[in-house]
Amino acid sequence: MKYVDEYRDAARARSLAAAIRAEAAPGAAYAFMEFCGGHTHAISRYGIEDLLPPAIRMIHGPGCPVCVLPVGRIDAAIALARDPRVTLCTYADLMRVPASRGTSLQRAKAEGADIRMVYSTLDALAIAAAEPEREVVFFAIGFETTTPPTAVAVQRAQREGLTNFSVFCNHVLTPVAMRAILTTGGEDAVRLDGFVGPAHVSTVIGTAPYEEISAEFHKPVVVAGFEPLDVMQSILLLVRQVNEGRAEVENQYIRAVTQAGNQRAQAAMADVFAIRDRFEWRGLGWVPLSALRLRPEYARFDAEERFGMETPSASDNPACECGAILRGVKRPVECRLFGTACTPETPMGSCMVSSEGACAAHWTYGRFRMPARRAS
Amino acid sequence: MSHGAGGRAMAQLIADIFHPELANEYLAQGNDQAAFEVAGGRMVMTTDGYVVSPLFFPGGDIGSLAVHGTINDLAMAGAWPLYLTASFILEEGFPFADLARIAASMGRASREAGVPVVAGDTKVVERGKADGVFISTAGIGMVPPGIRLSGDQARPGDVVLLSGPIGDHGVAIMSCRENLSFGTEILSDSAALHGLVAAMVARAGAGLRLMRDPTRGGVAATLNEIANQSGVGILLSEAAIPVRPQVAAACELLGLDPLNVANEGRLIAIAAPEAAPALLEAMRAHPLGVDAALIGEVVEDADRFVQMTTGFGGGRIVDWLAGEQLPRIC
Repeated sequence: MKYVDEYRDAARARSLAAAIRAEAAPGAAYAFMEFCGGHTHAISRYGIEDLLPPAIRMIHGPGCPVCVLPVGRIDAAIALARDPRVTLCTYADLMRVPASRGTSLQRAKAEGADIRMVYSTLDALAIAAAEPEREVVFFAIGFETTTPPTAVAVQRAQREGLTNFSVFCNHVLTPVAMRAILTTGGEDAVRLDGFVGPAHVSTVIGTAPYEEISAEFHKPVVVAGFEPLDVMQSILLLVRQVNEGRAEVENQYIRAVTQAGNQRAQAAMADVFAIRDRFEWRGLGWVPLSALRLRPEYARFDAEERFGMETPSASDNPACECGAILRGVKRPVECRLFGTACTPETPMGSCMVSSEGACAAHWTYGRFRMPARRAS
Repeated sequence: MSHGAGGRAMAQLIADIFHPELANEYLAQGNDQAAFEVAGGRMVMTTDGYVVSPLFFPGGDIGSLAVHGTINDLAMAGAWPLYLTASFILEEGFPFADLARIAASMGRASREAGVPVVAGDTKVVERGKADGVFISTAGIGMVPPGIRLSGDQARPGDVVLLSGPIGDHGVAIMSCRENLSFGTEILSDSAALHGLVAAMVARAGAGLRLMRDPTRGGVAATLNEIANQSGVGILLSEAAIPVRPQVAAACELLGLDPLNVANEGRLIAIAAPEAAPALLEAMRAHPLGVDAALIGEVVEDADRFVQMTTGFGGGRIVDWLAGEQLPRIC
């Protein structure tokens, strides 16, 4: 397949792997965080770990929209969906995320709530237009990649005079989360030598937002595409920066990302959204200025305003290590539920649900690397 | 509703729509059952339900799919299919024209395969209690002497053969369900595989351990079933697995793995390594096996993992899909 196979070429992978092995300093240990779940998935799916020398450790970051959504927000969405007037539109990934008291959107749907899976915000708009008697709510989640489509949907709803469409906004901000990881101290501190920077997020926000973080914390950031060769090449660039004592923002993904990003998308986001004072993340806790809400002039499209939604904090299953895994403090295999009580069929935590989640990726593609647990 | 009530309207429906398309000596008798002579030997029997949505898709419809799917379930035992039955659950108000189209396609598939539908039944339920039409089938067949295929027969050292490119059926269904267009139309691979199977059995039947058609859940689910049943591991080579470029592109777009996508006209055979060249030759000589390939081998593995060397050069698990990728694909 043109424009895809080129980025999955085994011969190029071998030569990049050889370069990484040759340039990684003897005796040194490199710890890089791939922020995005898309990178986590690529690393597992293509077996990139098999190609890297042991000196390089990849730490999975929190860049999985489904994973970082706290239980309280899902509880609130379920409560809303149980309102008989409401049709809740959601991405399929969210359906199976465990909520409080053993429930989930999937279970609420089976119990009769009108919850529909959609592929885009525009599908939700179309439902609102076709069924004017229903209160159609779009369950919006994600980083800056999925935020512009939500903004466009709200703008269009306003333009078309839709009075039965609203958004339950859970959009979050990547650079703030990166900063939160780097400022976490104590036993939750993660030793990091650099970031494999976001791919799709960076097509929207550009590389500029990472410059301040890179300089302030002296950490290299290499923005990388989601193909396996992109990941390999960005790891090589990170090794070089570390070896040379540099901490710069480099753009490996020049075929899609610019320094300034997509300014039309940024304008749409700025038009519709304002920054929340604080927002709860699974794993990172309450982080100031880390998420978006609808501006007051769009309040009638804001489900939280429209339905007076309450989103109290709720706790995860106490044995679930999703939080520590999302911070990069623990690996999936260090959770005692992993692969026992918690599997993709019976997920206990969000990281086992989404294909971008660290636990799901490791279980689905990499569990043959768990010699200690192999059946005897 | 009167069409399901057992009265004259019902007889009219059967006479008008089903009999002309599915006509054969057994149906012509008009009895509540078909009677036929059988030779002694090992028989196979299967049953299957079809709830595919949409009912008509590129490369087939629920009628042809029901015939092909049932024949294939029989054929995977190495058997020659003999007779099918079909029962129809119709939703009140389902257009006669669509039903006639389905009956015609079923008749055509049955005639082409040489496997008659010898008994049938029709019920009508209220609107909203079904989705257009559901079909359930049964089939019986005869296994040639000396052939005993079973999912628990894979042994370390055996090879894994695949009869052609994967993912066509699932992507064809998705392309019409999600209103996606890929420039070229992808057709379902829906086909009756008993001819291909007979060619393989005739050529190297003794070397065959087992066969499966990788339908729902795709090649990944089928190989995991085999690994579990046989208590072995399976090691695939991604580069050897045929996937059409259009299917690969569609899967890329939809975030799917072709290994998890359904097929309705492909088979996987596990065979002794020494039988592989003859089997591959027999497969490639048949129109439904032109692109047959050796895609991997059976290995010892207490964990019963299906693993794959990726085209990129790393290793990974090939797992069952958690949850359903797409409901009602067959």
